[in-house]
Parts: sequence; structure tokens; C-alpha cells
Amino acid sequence: MITLKDINKKFESEGRTVEAVKNVNLQIKDGEVFGIIGYSGAGKSTLVRCINLLERPTSGEVFLDDVELTALKASELRKERKKIGMIFQQFNLFASRTIYQNVAYPLKHSGLSKAEKKKKVEELLELVGIADKAGNYPSQLSGGQKQRVAIARALANDPKILLCDEATSALDPQTTHAILKLLKELNKKLGITVVLITHEMDVIKEICDRVAVMEDGKVVEEGDVFTVFASSQQKITRKFVDTTSNLSKIHQLLEEHAEITNIKPGECIVKFKYLVRSASEPLVSTISRQFQIDVNIIFGNVELIGSEPIGGLVSILSGKPEDIENALNYLRDKNVGVEVILDARVR
Amino acid sequence: MQEFVNTYFPNLVEKLPDFYESILQTFEMVIRSGIISLILGTLFGIILVVTKKGGILQNSVVFQIVDKVINVFRAIPFIILLTLVMPISRSIMGTAIGVDGAIVPLIFGTVPFFSRQIESALSEVSPGLIEAAESMGNSKIEIILNVYFRESIPQIARAISITIISLIGLTAMAGAVGAGGLGDFAIRYGHDRNETDITLATVVILVVLVSIVQLLGNLIAKKNTH
Repeated sequence: MITLKDINKKFESEGRTVEAVKNVNLQIKDGEVFGIIGYSGAGKSTLVRCINLLERPTSGEVFLDDVELTALKASELRKERKKIGMIFQQFNLFASRTIYQNVAYPLKHSGLSKAEKKKKVEELLELVGIADKAGNYPSQLSGGQKQRVAIARALANDPKILLCDEATSALDPQTTHAILKLLKELNKKLGITVVLITHEMDVIKEICDRVAVMEDGKVVEEGDVFTVFASSQQKITRKFVDTTSNLSKIHQLLEEHAEITNIKPGECIVKFKYLVRSASEPLVSTISRQFQIDVNIIFGNVELIGSEPIGGLVSILSGKPEDIENALNYLRDKNVGVEVILDARVR
Repeated sequence: MQEFVNTYFPNLVEKLPDFYESILQTFEMVIRSGIISLILGTLFGIILVVTKKGGILQNSVVFQIVDKVINVFRAIPFIILLTLVMPISRSIMGTAIGVDGAIVPLIFGTVPFFSRQIESALSEVSPGLIEAAESMGNSKIEIILNVYFRESIPQIARAISITIISLIGLTAMAGAVGAGGLGDFAIRYGHDRNETDITLATVVILVVLVSIVQLLGNLIAKKNTH
């Protein structure tokens, strides 16, 4: 378990003090995939470096299980660092070494025999699916392959934690997906805790169990991914969530007076959002049957986080005003977020 | 061939033993001062890189001192340096003339240059690699040896060949303190006695020498670039 207590990090630059991280408290549990999301400059890169003390916090404490990393001597800290693997946006492979040598590099002082090292490296390359490239140099590999090598190298000392600093930001969407899948597999197979920072909500949605949202050096929202997606408390979180869904498009359509938003008297446009894990109920057919209203779905966005559907629908409801009202109340009771966007009901 | 040499290099033929000795003296100066300069220059180069702002052993006092001292010595023309360091030469080598007397000024002339070369070679190593090595639990000395040096072998090979070439140039001037060598040989006979063939022969040898050094540097650099 990683515990960050009251972490502050200030940088002095040209006489100005920049507070990159402000009063951050976080606990990252063993075996989870923990995401930290924020725009560039939010302090997430600095924060993740505070975990293995590549950046030493100006104040605050960092614990790895019961060991206070911030209190260790340099030599002890180096030993602890071997328990924390790290991968980077720019891969940071040693260009002068082959893929094999890159992965073998952290094993230098491991005390393993030559044969054991060879076996270990081959296993790692196999694990990340790049065994055939052992003799190549990094410059001969694609971005995705490089990141696989970097992952193998980071895993060489059997770390308990893998820190991922924008590990997929330099990759195309398909490769990103493949690398995320690999990280998730490693998380499941090895039980390794994964901490990843990103500016893409899609990455969070795809593999994270919990997420912390950072803005201006502070963690403004934290929770399990479903809850954060379904009922974001902060404006910035909603902004991130919106990037992965098209539901907010309705506002744009309204502004543009799109054809679809010209509703007749008696109708209204409503946005439904699944706030809790309940999308398995046939809500649309229930309300149309039970309250005798018509539900015309304009568009929707429902996807899975873990195995839970999340998202919502934008629909035009038509029917008697009191029936519509009852239907909306019924949905509210079912914990569906209801937002009437345009109302032309006759009262 | 013998006839060709006799016809076009009449003066050289007369002074062949002198010529050979000059070549040896040049070699001696380059090798002796070269080895020491490369060691010291590497040391100062790495000090500059690790102590500068953001370096792994950031220390602005050390950085400023080394940086400024290098600047001072780089600013002094070698011909002036030759006479300036004579007292030091005398106290270290026991003499300020001859090949022995040339070693110290050659070192003073070469170390600052090579330090800068090493500094710029090592500075090309991406900070990301240093960070990666740190995250793997590497010590500072491991980072210097396994990352900084290992990753910049091609640049260092080029830096060494450039430095040796410039050192060969400096040895010619060292003739001014009676160090001998090819430069001195060319001035004494080629210029002072107007025996142009001597100058020409010296130039040919120097061109060959410099080409070999450059070629070796490029070869090593190329072999280590992946």
C-alpha cells in the first residue's frame, strides 16, 4: 500500500515559487489500478515522482507499506526503489543496449547467476510479448514495442508497484489500447499495483479501479471510477467525463437550433443518466408502458466500466404532462439522473 | 620511389634522421600529454555535467569554479600559455624546455577544450534516461558509468578525435619552447632555411596523422551508434 500524507512540492524558478503539488493525501491499495488524471501542469507528473522520490516533496511523508520512504537514507531508498518499477511517456530505453540488455540492466546487482538472469529476461520478454526482438536495438522498434520493453525492464526486480507516467500518451489509439490491456493483464496475473497518470479519461475508463482528479496541484476528487463517472462532483471532473461521452452534445445542438431539437407542444427533451449500477433494468420500456408516454431516443451513450454499464440517453418524451411528471419521478426513485433540457409541456 | 624522393625532397633526404626524430617527438608529446589531458578533461567534464543546475549532484559552487577556470584557460592563446605556465612546468617536470617542458603547457591547453567537449557529449544524454536509472535504484556512480558514459560513446569518440587533432596542432607550437616535434622541424628548416620540401613533407605527415585519428574516431562512433 502506498500512503501519501500532506504532500507539498514547491519549485523555485527565477525567484518565483511554483507550488506543483498542494497538500495531497492519497492511499493506494495493493493490487489496484489507480489513475491520476489532470491537464498538463496540474502536478500529476510531480506527484507520481513523489512516490518513488525522484522528486522529494518539500513537506509530507511517503509510505510504502510501513516503510517511510521520506525518512530513508540514500542507500536504503535505492533498495526500496527496486520495489517500484516505473515507465515513461518517452520510454527511456538505453539506445546503446539491445532489448535483452535493457531488460537485464536492472538485474546487475540482483545476485542472480548468469543463467538465472537469462531465464528471467526471457520470461519477461515473453510476458510482454516481445521475445523475438531480444537482439534488436530500441531504434529498430515501434513505440508500442518500446513501451513493452520498458514494462519488461520495470518488472525485472519483481516490483510490487508499477508507476506509469503518461505511458500511453505518445502512442496511437490502437497501441494505447494494447498497452493498457497488457497493464491490466499484469495487474491481474502478478497482482502488481499500477499507478498511472494520464490526461485521457478513456485510459482511466479502460483499466482503472479508482481515480484521483488533479487540478492546480490539488486532488479535487477521488473515488472509484464508476462513481466518479456517474456522479462527478467537480466541474473539471465533468469536463473529463464529457470527453468520453457524446451526451453533452445536446447542448451544442440546442444552441445551433438543430432540427431535432424543434419539439412540439406537450413534448420535452430529457437527459437521463445512470448514477448507480442499475442499468440492467428495462427503464425505457417500463416508463413508456406504465405511464403511457412515448420515449423517442435522440441519442445515447452507454458503455461498460468494469462490467457495469454507465452513460445515459437523451430522449424526447411526449404524453400527458402529469404522466411525464410521474415517469420522471419514477426514474428519480430508481436513482436515474433526470435533467429536463427543453420543456414544451402544456400545463 | 627513391629517385622520386631524391628529386623532389632533396633537403629532406639529408635530414632523414632528424625528420624521424621529430615525428617521434610529436608522438611522444601527443601521447604523454594526451593521456593525462583525456583523464583530467573527462573528470572536469563529468563534474560540470553532474554539478550543474538539475544535475544528479547539483552543486553550484563547484560548478561555477570549474566553469570559470575552464573559461579563463580557454581564453588564453596557447602561445602565451606556453610561457605563462613555465614556472609550473619547471616545478612539476624539472624543466620548461624540450619535450618534457612541453607536456604541462600542452595539458593546460587541452584539458579545458576536452572538458567542454565531454560536457557537451554527456549533456546529450536524455534526462529521461537518468530518471529511469534512478527509478531502478541506481547509485550516482552507476548512473555516471552505465548511463552517461555508456550512452554517449559515439559522442565521446568524436570528442577524443577532435581533441587529439587539436593537440597535434598545439605540439607544433610547442616547438617554440624547444620541444622539437614536426612543427619545430618545419619552422627550423622549411621556413628559416627556405627548404620548402621539408615543410611539404611535414604537412603530408600531419595530414596523414590527422586523417587516421579522425577516421578512427568516426569508426568507433559509427560502430557504437544504434
